[in-house]
Amino acid sequence: MKLSSIFKSAIISTLILSGSLQAKPVYVAVTAIVEHPALDAVRDGIKQTLKENGYSGDQLKFTYQSAQGKPDIAAQIARKMVGDEPDVIVAIATPSAQAAVVASDTIPVVFSAVTDPLAAKLIPRLIQPGGNVTGLSDMANVKEHLALIKEFLPNLKAVGIPYNPGESNSVSMLAAIKVEAAKMGIKIVESAAPKSSDVMIATKQLVGKVDAIYCPIDNTIISAVEAVIRVGIDAQIPVFAGDTDTVARGAVAAVGYDYFDLGRQTGDIVVRILKGEKPGSIDVKMAKGTNLFVNPKMAALMGIKIPEAVLARATKIIEK
Amino acid sequence: MSLYAFLGTLEIAFIYGLVAMGVYLTFRILDFPDLTVDGSFTLGAAVTATLIVAGINPYLSTLFGTLAAACAGIVTAWLNLRFNILHLLASILTMTALYTINLRIMGKPNIALIMEPTMLSPFEGLGIPAMYMKLIFVAVCSVIGGLLLAWFLYTQYGLAMRAVGSNKRMAQANGIVVNQKVYVGLALSNGLVGLAGALFAQTNGFADSTMGIGTIVVGLAAVIIGESLFATRSILVIVMGCIVGSILYRLAVSMALNADFLGFQASDLNLLTAVLVTLSLVFPKLRSEWKAKKAKQKGREV
Repeated sequence: MKLSSIFKSAIISTLILSGSLQAKPVYVAVTAIVEHPALDAVRDGIKQTLKENGYSGDQLKFTYQSAQGKPDIAAQIARKMVGDEPDVIVAIATPSAQAAVVASDTIPVVFSAVTDPLAAKLIPRLIQPGGNVTGLSDMANVKEHLALIKEFLPNLKAVGIPYNPGESNSVSMLAAIKVEAAKMGIKIVESAAPKSSDVMIATKQLVGKVDAIYCPIDNTIISAVEAVIRVGIDAQIPVFAGDTDTVARGAVAAVGYDYFDLGRQTGDIVVRILKGEKPGSIDVKMAKGTNLFVNPKMAALMGIKIPEAVLARATKIIEK
Repeated sequence: MSLYAFLGTLEIAFIYGLVAMGVYLTFRILDFPDLTVDGSFTLGAAVTATLIVAGINPYLSTLFGTLAAACAGIVTAWLNLRFNILHLLASILTMTALYTINLRIMGKPNIALIMEPTMLSPFEGLGIPAMYMKLIFVAVCSVIGGLLLAWFLYTQYGLAMRAVGSNKRMAQANGIVVNQKVYVGLALSNGLVGLAGALFAQTNGFADSTMGIGTIVVGLAAVIIGESLFATRSILVIVMGCIVGSILYRLAVSMALNADFLGFQASDLNLLTAVLVTLSLVFPKLRSEWKAKKAKQKGREV
């Protein structure tokens, strides 16, 4: 008798609660440091995911503000958003995210398109970050990059990487690749090119030691990537890249981000919080690359066949 | 506007009040249009943030940040006085160079201070909510800065500096060392702006290579709003007017941010801010014209 009455009241209160949740629109406040095609696509992706989860029309209050590239405005927007008490704040790109994290003590903050959330001090750790902040990092997913090369070359033993030791981005990317490669049993052979005029020599150093060459996202290497491609064709070693743009310039294949999709992945986190999960218990996600570019002509020149599975999955095939 | 947003607006306004004082010193007192501030704001933040992350005491770091920014002002003055480069161009050159220098100092485009000690850390355990504590801290900094600047301008030395700005030849004829006053004035001005940058970085949790963009516009707007509100010759009132002008400017931005219900978009912010600032400038003028007209009519009736 007693137990059933507890059950009854529990059911009733749940009904009331869910009813009130449905009646009250959720409030998602989005801010970005600047209006820019990639960042705007993130915003639109978030909105799309919210819509697919039933948050649209009367069910959703969605605001968007851009700091017009000015961090002082970003700080002011952050204060305004916290004062408006939305259910979730979404902050796109590093300065906006930092301003939002400083301003908000309790309102959940979801960051997006932040390359290194740890260095930006948005969260103390990636797994179970605690507090009221979580989000999505768009750091290059090097594991996916290595997996792609392995799909082309199932017997992959060694990958050569030309890079500029003076660029902090590529140094940290190389360190991440080494960790993943060790797990997959792949040897990494590095070759330093401090200037773009050194890229050709640095790449030639790799010939005979590696099965594939990988160009990291390194301004020096990318600016002279034609030299790497030349060596790849001459020595019949396929060249892969860390970014999809380089595929049009001669790399065989690369995986990269579609920013609309990045927004959808961010939206998934927002929906989880709206459904009651605590941001502190949601792991920070690494964005999944959904763009796959391949260059069949270059593959033929470098003496490698593009696997059917890759060709079928490719989002863009470069023909030139 | 919510209370939280209002307090946040005031906090940013007090910080930019220091910028406005710096701009007032160069544009109005010295008659030296100085655009260095776009770089020295970031320089103050960059040096301070880099030192704090390296483990240096935040107060000492802020002092060094301020001094570094003052040096940037000296470089501009030197380019102008030693090589006769037009003041506007000299300051643009320094500002441009500072972009690279700031990136070099930080070693990356952004330094986070979110979990680092700051000047505010000693006050965190006092039980005052962070939003009030931050505001009180920057307000005290800004008002003390203003009082010191006003006091300086009332001294014999400050008087000489004002003389240089209003009539260089006359000042020289009266035995004032003109160049020295320009050096000191630009150092002081950029030091104030650098201090503002350091405070901004510490209260908002980051120093960013882009944070100085448009500092000069914000500072100048605040100075002119303050001047149009207080039609006075008192230096103290004008300096404090810089803070009031900065507050009004930020309130304009805040109103523009809250204008979405009128059908405005995020990208309309700059235009809305410009319109609101223009209104705040035009209104006092219209009012005084209107008053004058009324007084004239009254005179006719009598």
